Amino acid sequence: MQYKSQAVAKPYFIAAIGLFIGQIVFGLVMGLQYVVGDFLFPAIPFNIARMVHTNLLIVWLLFGFMGSAYYLIPEETENELYSPKLAIITFWIFLVAGALTVVGYLFVPYSTLAEWTGNNILATMGREFLEQPLITKVGIVIVALSFLFNICMTLLKGRKTSISLVLVLGLVGLAVFFLFSFYNPTNLVLDKYYWWWVVHLWVEGVWELILGAILAFVLIKVTGVDREVIEKWLYVIVTMTLITGILGTGHHYYWIGAPEYWQWWGSVFSALEPIPFFMMTIFAFNMVNRRRREHPNKAAVLWALGTGVLAFLGAGVWGFLHTLAPVNYYTHGTQMTASHGHLAFYGAYVCVVITMISYAMPILRGRAANSNKAQVVEMWSFWLMSVSIVFITLFLTAAGIVQVWLQRYSDAPMAFMAVQDKAAIFYWMREGAGVIFLIGLLTYVASFFIKGETKAAA
Amino acid sequence: MSTTFTKSMARNIFYGGSVFFFLLFIALTVDTTHALPKRDNSQNITPEVARGKKIWETNNCIGCHTLLGEGAYFAPELGNVYKRRGGDNGGAEFIKGWIKAQPTGIPGRRQMPNFHLTDQELDDVVAFLKYVSEINTEKWPPNIEG
Repeated sequence: MQYKSQAVAKPYFIAAIGLFIGQIVFGLVMGLQYVVGDFLFPAIPFNIARMVHTNLLIVWLLFGFMGSAYYLIPEETENELYSPKLAIITFWIFLVAGALTVVGYLFVPYSTLAEWTGNNILATMGREFLEQPLITKVGIVIVALSFLFNICMTLLKGRKTSISLVLVLGLVGLAVFFLFSFYNPTNLVLDKYYWWWVVHLWVEGVWELILGAILAFVLIKVTGVDREVIEKWLYVIVTMTLITGILGTGHHYYWIGAPEYWQWWGSVFSALEPIPFFMMTIFAFNMVNRRRREHPNKAAVLWALGTGVLAFLGAGVWGFLHTLAPVNYYTHGTQMTASHGHLAFYGAYVCVVITMISYAMPILRGRAANSNKAQVVEMWSFWLMSVSIVFITLFLTAAGIVQVWLQRYSDAPMAFMAVQDKAAIFYWMREGAGVIFLIGLLTYVASFFIKGETKAAA
Repeated sequence: MSTTFTKSMARNIFYGGSVFFFLLFIALTVDTTHALPKRDNSQNITPEVARGKKIWETNNCIGCHTLLGEGAYFAPELGNVYKRRGGDNGGAEFIKGWIKAQPTGIPGRRQMPNFHLTDQELDDVVAFLKYVSEINTEKWPPNIEG
């Protein structure tokens, strides 16, 4: 690697992959509970498994983003990280806080956990994805501040590229919008309205800036295409992201008590949200086609292209499928949403973090790229995970259609649980695809341990 | 992209466009805030409702159920459960009886834990669900099954 302090990224990447495995294991538990309702009950009720599944996802992606930033920023700014020591301290704080939170979810009744951790002082818990105890949320803010301080100080004393500016803007936005997780009014409509300022403005807003910046960085490295060209693309993509994504928040405001006009604002702008993702796909393929060097890390290139395609499919196409208000009226709160959520998160954020890990990890381990043998295994893991998540998405979509047809659109609507029985076949198939996904993930982990001939890092 | 469209032009459009649309979003949010009191049933937020919402949250009900369509999709929608189970004619009794009877213990069926709520807490949860059922949701869900 070019700068010694980039090495702090390594523990972040390792933690990210470790937590990813945990996320998938709990996903399989939930998937089975969909069809074998009393599986692991009462030891791990569904709501606990889901909390662990989604919170681990968020935390490991944050580890991935932070590791990516610690790797990328020194190289972009052309100087050492302001404080590698601080980066390692915050790593351990974040990891221990995250682990303690998960242990709390699993071994303490949630209401007791709320009592122990200050929820009576400021009630923030028990809202989807923001289930973390107050002290964990405060911890996240402290970790984010220390991380941003470290990154910004590095940026201030070095070269300021567009990639690092977009990345830092995304990271600052991530921290700022998280603050809305502390606002929880009794008025449910207001509660939900601002809940989306965390959830939507993260994943359909500032996180896309982080995604774009990481992708642009890796594409410069593996294709050798001129920085001016890549950064111009990056600006155009993130412009489209925010122009469509900010008002696209309206697609969550159709049925929660907000005024009717959100059906128009939300439909029009969120219908445009696939555009930046489509551009990202074109961008990735274009840059790889115009490459000026043959980078030895083929696996990283595959992940970068996969990010473009699968983010467009998951976030773009599957988002569009149910984003228009007249459609969403029937699909809202069905497995349609779950299908979109799975492919969007995988395509956009899982893939981009693995793209970065795939590119950076060999260099952090002292070689330009892994051996051919290791790369072949890694590429197998890409296909296993990507194909199985597409099938998970298709099966959940089918289950969603069953729900819409029998419970929503019908003249004689059936009750929720009766419809769930009708969709059981698709839940079984989803679980099967989930097992393949886990095999893919384990294959990915295995690729790190495969030796063979490698070239030293440049 | 052509060379006449430069990176600095792209950057300026990015900053300008983002700020413009964020300000527009803020303006719509202000308007929404003014419009909400007529729609959000907040006049019926009593101390019982506030306590009920907290019980809803501290037992992580959203981890299985949806509320106005948001949450997990493992268990039924509860935004309109008060009306579905009889409204003012028996809705409260049904919901309280249901919560107390959990888990069913039927082999292979999805199970809801027993949260050991007191009678007061059960009344609070019902008050919260009744309040939610009266929010103006633009006629969502399409029918009473949620």
